[in-house]
Amino acid sequence: MTVAVQAHDLASAIDALDARYPGFRDRLLDEKGELRQFVNVYLNDEDVRLGSGLSEKVGEKDEISIVPAVAGGR
Amino acid sequence: MPKVLGLRCRECGAEYELQATHVCEMCFGPLDAVYDQAALKKVVSRARIEAGPKSMWRYRDLLPVEDSVNVVTLGEGFTPLVKADRLGAELGLRNLYLKNDSMNPTNSFKDRVVSVAISWARAHGFETIACASTGNLANAVAAYAARAGLECFVFIPVDLEPAKVASISVFDPNVVAVRGNYDEVNRLCSQLLESTPWAFCNINIRPFYAEGSKTLTFETAEQLGWKLPDEIIIPIASGCQFVRHRQAVRELLEYGLVRGDKVPAFTGAQALGCAPVYNAFHSDTPDRVLPVKPNTIARSIAIGNPSDGVYVNRIARETGGVVEAVTEEEIVDGIRLLARTEGIFTETAGGVTIGVLAKLARAGRWNGDETVVAYVTGHGLKTADVLASANGHTSRRVEIEPTMKSFREKVSI
Repeated sequence: MTVAVQAHDLASAIDALDARYPGFRDRLLDEKGELRQFVNVYLNDEDVRLGSGLSEKVGEKDEISIVPAVAGGR
Repeated sequence: MPKVLGLRCRECGAEYELQATHVCEMCFGPLDAVYDQAALKKVVSRARIEAGPKSMWRYRDLLPVEDSVNVVTLGEGFTPLVKADRLGAELGLRNLYLKNDSMNPTNSFKDRVVSVAISWARAHGFETIACASTGNLANAVAAYAARAGLECFVFIPVDLEPAKVASISVFDPNVVAVRGNYDEVNRLCSQLLESTPWAFCNINIRPFYAEGSKTLTFETAEQLGWKLPDEIIIPIASGCQFVRHRQAVRELLEYGLVRGDKVPAFTGAQALGCAPVYNAFHSDTPDRVLPVKPNTIARSIAIGNPSDGVYVNRIARETGGVVEAVTEEEIVDGIRLLARTEGIFTETAGGVTIGVLAKLARAGRWNGDETVVAYVTGHGLKTADVLASANGHTSRRVEIEPTMKSFREKVSI
């Protein structure tokens, strides 16, 4: 599923999602406000944990993917 | 009565009906199969297992496939547990064992998980099996899909080595070569779940797939005479099988197959070139596994974003194990050491396991009397290229003329 939101960084993108789908934030973030261990968030195909996390800036054309972690394989 | 009751979230405990799904809707935690333990307790026994087939399906009662289902099997499991006296002598271990899982039908431990996954998928009406893989998993999935007569889609990175592509393609699956690395291929498959009616072995049917791993530890206990070892060395990719081995020990004790309450130390092995779990284990925050970009010859375990890494660290700590990592050179040394002392040729992932075993032994981890088991999870022919590029066949090689004279001159006997 794909949706468009207005945001200047990842955290505000998640806020915008939460406004549209109440409760969404709590499923993505833990009590400390950090990404849950089993959620992977990608900004234009780059894992945001490899960058500056939720403070990563986003612009009009950026694509954010929220994907559950995959176990096993290779 | 079905023995598998449903699925439960490992994190928040939310329960779900039995279905092809792997993620908790509440917290994104992983889902595990829930068994009717009370019913199983009345059935499971050493005698019943020993009377079963000489494959991992002798533990069928403890796998998520109902009795009415015809399993898809190529005779996987019940692989040799070898007492490694010569390797043990080099490392100062008098009771060292190797579980040689390269003896499986497609030469890696993946046959265990795939046999369960495809049996489950076929029984639940799936007509197409899929996976993302760089070799071992795709190899097993393609073979078992052929055996079951199911459609098969294998997603591989476009630059996968020709030998691996050949050993997958021979089973005639649909091969989708993706211009990206493994983590990207895997992510694409996660995104495809929504729009395909397929069973992705390591994604939506993972709760069942993963259960196949347990049989490695069941067999180890049975082959030790229904005893648990003091320590097990396990290679870590996503950490999925590490977690299932801990569960296997729990079940062995719970169902009275092994007496006592002693749990082995669980020790994990990673390549330094892809060591997110090792990094976290030795940091101040072992519960925070940060992703890395893999760069190692041990490609079959190079997962930069290991979903079960947190659990690996918890289990290692709780059981008195450690997570250790080795260099590329130590991986190749591990392959050679195992081959030279025990006649077993393992792939790079096995080199990681043996490398870590050797490193820990030389650092004085054991006094020598402990029973230590190392899981050797794949065959060396899968990654033979790393030996060629590492000057693999020159150290004891001579070239001679086809004459007696030349032989006498060049070869000392």
